[in-house]
Amino acid sequence: MEFLMCIVVGILFASAVYLMLSKSLLRIIIGTGLLSHGAHLLLLTMSGLKTGAAPILNDNISSYTDPLPQALVLTAIVISFGVTAFFLVLAYRTYQELGTDNMEEMRGTESHD
Amino acid sequence: MRKTNDLILQTVTKVISFIIILFSIHLFFAGHYTPGGGFIGGLMTAAALVLLLLAYDIKTLDNILPFDYKLMTAAGLLIAVLTAAGSLLFNVPFFTHAYDYFDLPLLGETSLHTAVLFDIGVYMVVIGITMTIIQTIGESE
Amino acid sequence: MSLLHLAIVLPFLAAVFIPFLFKGLKSIHTGWFVLLVPLFLFIYFIQYLPVTGDGETVTKTFEWIPSLGINFIAHVDGLGLLFAMLITGIGALVVLYSIYYLAKEKEALHNFYVYLLMFMGAMLGVVLSDNLIVLYMFWEFTSISSFLLIGYWYDRERSRYGAQKSMLITVFGGLSMLGGIVLLYLMGGTFSIQELIGLSDVLITDPLFVPALLLILLGAFTKSAQFPFHIWLPDAMEAPTPVSAYLHSATMVKAGIYLVARMSPVFAESGLWLWLVAGFGIFTLFWGSFNAVKQTDLKALLAYSTISQLGLIMSLLGVGAAALHYDYLDDNIYMIATIAAVFHLINHATFKGSLFMMAGIVDHETGTRDIRKLGGLVNLMPITFTIAIIGSFSMAGLPPFNGFLSKEMFLTGMLSVLELDLFNLSTWGVLFPVIAWIASVFTFVYSIKLVFKTFLGKPQFDKLPKKPHEAPIGMLISPLVLITLVVVFGFFPNLLSNSLIKPAVEAILPSLVESGQEVDVHIYFWHGFQPELFMTLGIILFGIVLYSTLAKWQGVYNRIPERFTLNGLYDRGLSGSESGGYRLTSGVMTGFMRTYLVYIFSFFVAILMSTLIIKQGFVYDTSGLAAIKSYEVILALVLVAGAVTILFAKSRLTSIVALGVVGYSVALFFVLFRAPDLALTQLVIETVTVALFLLCFYHLPEISRKEERMRFRFGNAVLSVLVGITITLIAMSAFSQRSSESISQYHIDNVYELAAGGNMVNVILVDFRGFDTLFEICVLGVAALGIYAMIRYRSARSENE
Repeated sequence: MEFLMCIVVGILFASAVYLMLSKSLLRIIIGTGLLSHGAHLLLLTMSGLKTGAAPILNDNISSYTDPLPQALVLTAIVISFGVTAFFLVLAYRTYQELGTDNMEEMRGTESHD
Repeated sequence: MRKTNDLILQTVTKVISFIIILFSIHLFFAGHYTPGGGFIGGLMTAAALVLLLLAYDIKTLDNILPFDYKLMTAAGLLIAVLTAAGSLLFNVPFFTHAYDYFDLPLLGETSLHTAVLFDIGVYMVVIGITMTIIQTIGESE
Repeated sequence: MSLLHLAIVLPFLAAVFIPFLFKGLKSIHTGWFVLLVPLFLFIYFIQYLPVTGDGETVTKTFEWIPSLGINFIAHVDGLGLLFAMLITGIGALVVLYSIYYLAKEKEALHNFYVYLLMFMGAMLGVVLSDNLIVLYMFWEFTSISSFLLIGYWYDRERSRYGAQKSMLITVFGGLSMLGGIVLLYLMGGTFSIQELIGLSDVLITDPLFVPALLLILLGAFTKSAQFPFHIWLPDAMEAPTPVSAYLHSATMVKAGIYLVARMSPVFAESGLWLWLVAGFGIFTLFWGSFNAVKQTDLKALLAYSTISQLGLIMSLLGVGAAALHYDYLDDNIYMIATIAAVFHLINHATFKGSLFMMAGIVDHETGTRDIRKLGGLVNLMPITFTIAIIGSFSMAGLPPFNGFLSKEMFLTGMLSVLELDLFNLSTWGVLFPVIAWIASVFTFVYSIKLVFKTFLGKPQFDKLPKKPHEAPIGMLISPLVLITLVVVFGFFPNLLSNSLIKPAVEAILPSLVESGQEVDVHIYFWHGFQPELFMTLGIILFGIVLYSTLAKWQGVYNRIPERFTLNGLYDRGLSGSESGGYRLTSGVMTGFMRTYLVYIFSFFVAILMSTLIIKQGFVYDTSGLAAIKSYEVILALVLVAGAVTILFAKSRLTSIVALGVVGYSVALFFVLFRAPDLALTQLVIETVTVALFLLCFYHLPEISRKEERMRFRFGNAVLSVLVGITITLIAMSAFSQRSSESISQYHIDNVYELAAGGNMVNVILVDFRGFDTLFEICVLGVAALGIYAMIRYRSARSENE
């Protein structure tokens, strides 16, 4: 299972990076979304999968899965939601102001100096 | 938002959103012992509100629930910080929680925990930000 | 927190109220309130005089970061108290002077006094802290407040230039000092100076000893404007004159002196210390006095003279270190150098402070500080002239003022070098008295020039912007007090010897006291016909000759082309680093986000892969793996298919839906991995996210990939596959080997006992790791506000248009 998940995570990361390197704003945002999915799965996989019951205290159970990565991932999920929403609005405002979603046309360092 | 006039959606939403909200409140309070908590509860409530938003429009929702969600975010943050800072008054390090068991009428023996106060803060922040984001985007048209 | 700590931070606390007093009580000059602070502190510190006079010290500890060994230890001994009294005493006089110098109607007094109080507190912190890290913190505070005060008239270009220059140089020194402090900690295992002094025998054998010594000295030399770092001090004269008198002559520039004195017991066993401190000091003495002669601006002349006098004190401290090598001698002749250093420190503060105030008065009443335009003021400003002539004569080392006494002792100290037979001093040591004598001649020349060109000579009042007259009495009080001290200390030097000088010398040379030597401070006027006396006579003789022939040899100064001066070097270095930096960034920063991402990901792959290979970190362990069920494989395939669909999607709707598929599959994986909280959250979040994407849907452009050429896409594909492989390998190695047990066992064991909860994930979030959550909701709030601002700002703007 861990082996399978490693490959899945690798593919998620690869697709995410490919999308982020493209020129279209929307694809970049979707790329960041994929990247966070990959990171969440990676965190869980690294701690070992299905090592016990769900981390809800029960007197009959002695072994639980590691709760700490889960707590970290929960935080990360919510944060990535906030960041995705922010990116989305940034992209949409950029498009409205500049009339393009091509990153290459947005380069503007020279004109600002 | 585009004007929608979908009778079935609106009728179903009326019922469902209340169920979702009730469920989310259950999730919130259950969070200390079973899956749930401030994040999930807050998100669930926000999801119900988003559903209402999709079925009706922003003005209607504003009439039903006239909240300023930015204020809600701020209030939630304040509650969370004050809960954490409250422990300083009792001369214990920042963020030390306290709990005890009380005999309450109707509910029987209940455990009261300051972590719930903190979680209420989280709950409010999550609803607040989700709705702020959705509302501002919706209104911008 | 003891009263002593409160005294140190009192100026900071008082600074908080200054803006309110300035705004609220317009009719009273804010300076009157400020004056109370140094006055009170001065009186407070007087009570320590009998304590240190008996050779006792007072140490009060306030725990700050005890786990790192950083505590605010206030340590009052002779040296610290001497500086504290200088800081508060001169501080009170300077504040009094500034009340008349800065008009309350025109100036931003609330800024000025806040900076000044900040400086005062920082300086007290420097001289009274025993912990080096705390000392460093206050040290940088003095740099910052000095920066703010030099740039007080920030609309002047020269002010900003001077402020930046002083900041760059002193903070550079401060940072290297921090490096030295860290090295000392590595060697001795403590930040406490007193403990380090006890360890000095061990430290000297450590290989890190020399680097630590150099770094600490760098900090001291930049702060005390020693050659070649002196160039910031003349430019710092753009500050208001009270500031120049206070920071840039009496106190802040002496912080470096203080540090050298304070660290002497730690380092002084080494010959390198003696050579560097004495060598740089004596050369700075010469260079400063030589350059002072050519200045035509009153304050610039005083600035160079300050540089030179600082060099003088520094060289005395260096030579005084030799005393430590002879702690078996009964009559230690090298101790005289340290005594002279402390004595001259006090004298310099008195005469230079009054001279700066004199220059401020001349500037204030005539409108110029240019010596070429001044002259003949003696009849119009008799009191100011008195101040000037006493101060200058003291500076030149003429009797009967205090400068004469310390100058004689200085010459004695330098002559004593001739008798040293360690560290090759027997061959090169002869240079010390020679350079000292030459520098003293120049000192004499510029001191005379200062008075004679300003107050005597032909009056040329038509060149002055203002009609000159004597200053108001309030402005004259402070310099008069100082100049009275110059005379009093001149006639009764032994007033100071047991109360201030002796305890300070004992603090600089503690090992001498331990070995039972008596620090015997007796300052005489008349030594008999000793070499020092003839040297002084020679100084006066040659000085008069040089001064009267000044016009003939002044051309020497123009021989050095601007290009090769230190200032030219500094300016070119600064502009060079600016343009170089600009060229570098404009080469790297293309303004195209993909380029930056390529940098990031390439480094990511390169660093992680090379670490994996070099450390042979890749391990794959198949034992203890979870079983794979068929539906899990199917779910994985759905997830991968979703991700790949996005890559090739031509429409935005397909992309968004595919992203949703990926998200929901991840949620199902969370279910399989026994993470119910995660699954719930992920499900709701995914729903809201898709709703968000759809909300923005109409505003976003269709995905067009026409402009992406094949080569572009191929490069991206290679890089992304490399990133994917790296991640996979790291993930495999990560779960295959554990260097330590998971800390979560603690959370599992204590979830009920400590937190009275059952859901471990939630308990970790709200209780065990509540800080994470607190900061997380802060981030979320910021993101929501950002979104709100991005949209509303536009709306508000378009309404205005």
